[in-house]
Amino acid sequence: MTAAIYVDDVYKAFGKPDAERRLHLPWRAPASNGHSNGKNGHKPTVVAVDHVSFAVQPGEIFGVLGPNGSGKSTLIRLLSTLLLPDSGQIRIFGHDVDQEAMEVQRLINRVSVEASFFKKLSPMENLLYGARLYGLDGRETRAQVVVILTRLGLEDRAIRNPMEQMSRGMQQKVAIARALLSRPRILLLDEPTTGLDPRSKREVQAVVRELQQKEGTTILLTTHDMTEAENLCDRIAIMDRGKVVALDTPPNLRALVPGSNGTQPTLEDVFLELTGRQLVTEEE
Amino acid sequence: MSTAIHQLRASYAFMERNANLVKRYWSWEIVWLTYSVANALSVSYIGLGMEKLSGESAGLDGRFLVLYLIIGTLVWHFLSVIFYWITDVISIERWEGTIEYTLMAPIHRITHMAGQTFFALLYSMIFNTIILIVAVLLFEIDLSRANLLGGAVMLLAGSLSFIGVGISGSVLPLLFPERGSQMTHVLIAVMLLISGVYYPIEVLPEFLQKLSVLSPATYVLVGARAALLDGAPLAQLWPQIWPVLLMGLIAIPGGLKIFNLAERYAKRTGKLHRNG
Repeated sequence: MTAAIYVDDVYKAFGKPDAERRLHLPWRAPASNGHSNGKNGHKPTVVAVDHVSFAVQPGEIFGVLGPNGSGKSTLIRLLSTLLLPDSGQIRIFGHDVDQEAMEVQRLINRVSVEASFFKKLSPMENLLYGARLYGLDGRETRAQVVVILTRLGLEDRAIRNPMEQMSRGMQQKVAIARALLSRPRILLLDEPTTGLDPRSKREVQAVVRELQQKEGTTILLTTHDMTEAENLCDRIAIMDRGKVVALDTPPNLRALVPGSNGTQPTLEDVFLELTGRQLVTEEE
Repeated sequence: MSTAIHQLRASYAFMERNANLVKRYWSWEIVWLTYSVANALSVSYIGLGMEKLSGESAGLDGRFLVLYLIIGTLVWHFLSVIFYWITDVISIERWEGTIEYTLMAPIHRITHMAGQTFFALLYSMIFNTIILIVAVLLFEIDLSRANLLGGAVMLLAGSLSFIGVGISGSVLPLLFPERGSQMTHVLIAVMLLISGVYYPIEVLPEFLQKLSVLSPATYVLVGARAALLDGAPLAQLWPQIWPVLLMGLIAIPGGLKIFNLAERYAKRTGKLHRNG
């Protein structure tokens, strides 16, 4: 069976390595590891995704856990055709994200942590715009928007007011609705519940589960929320500094570390054991 | 659903979105319209001012100068508004933070640009019509000799090349998130200088006159003035029409190619994500 998402040895770095710079000045010596260290006037090279490989099966909910800066969002952008990998290969239902971008784009949609909209436009106007980009009919979309947003707990009045008048949580629900309208076979959710109140979180999580069960949608979810990951995901990859440091089902991941004081280890215990880092630092 | 219907709907998405934005920012549109009308009138009054300053003995025809200047203003307004709407294709989405959602949608870039362009044409026509009506009423302009159809043909033919230049210019905000939008002003300022918008290009230094051959606006202005001031028939306008058609034929596919290359570069270097 063709994997819904196939990621093979993908590498992505930002900032030019010194070897690619045109101007070599003697006082701008490269760092000993071959990457710029940021002390020579250039931005340092940042390895965002470091030789990552995994496959997600159709209908699976696949979680990606990691602290900020671990490469989760870069990975999602690579899957969304918004970034090109430096090396390695990504296939979406057999289509290469670089060579067959249009085919890939028809199969996916994405919800990012920032609910990005035209703030002066209403949810209806924003969603109509988004739906037409996917070739959907205007009349059908208008009806669908009301159904989906009502299901997500938005009042009818809010659907026609400018987005700038909505709370962040409500905007995030509209972002989810935008992704659902195109009925993607793969939904990429980049921290979709960050900033939502507990009730909204549950509503979103229920929609995610329903999508998998009723539509068979494959879902890749990045989150900081351990409970969310454990409740929703069939398998979880833990990322740290661009690398996948563990990948398994939640019970198997928990089995990687011993319990203490007679209690079962949590996913957070597993993460700390594997990376030695907090999921979200205090500053974040 | 066929690909053609999908792309048509997607193209319409940009027109509808822009119309909704104009509707929501209506107060800004009134400010912009007032500015545009005032600007056009101010420039046109220079014609009457010249007649007055030179005195009757100089034999200057103030009415002719007003018409000369107002044609320049209208043509320039029409073309520059199209240019700015097209170059805004990226900067407006960077401002709103929606660029990633638009660029990950399954649409061809030509679909994207076509929607933006049709809206720009419509928007520019409406603005220009309002300015023209105000000018006709205020200056009692006599257009009885004018070949209005010829003027319109000249404008539409010229808009093709401005669309191409606009598409090329739109890569600047894509490549330079912080200052790319401002860089597009350089293109338009140079064209304003060399195209003879408010004066005949013969008054320019020789090296600038040579450059004016490269600006599509030069041909549009010469053609539009011939049509509207002298009532030149379409056949006489052909020497001005074919160069701008040729420029459009090169500039539009060239602009799309440049845009595709820039988009690929932005995706390789991660420039799409940064909001300037």
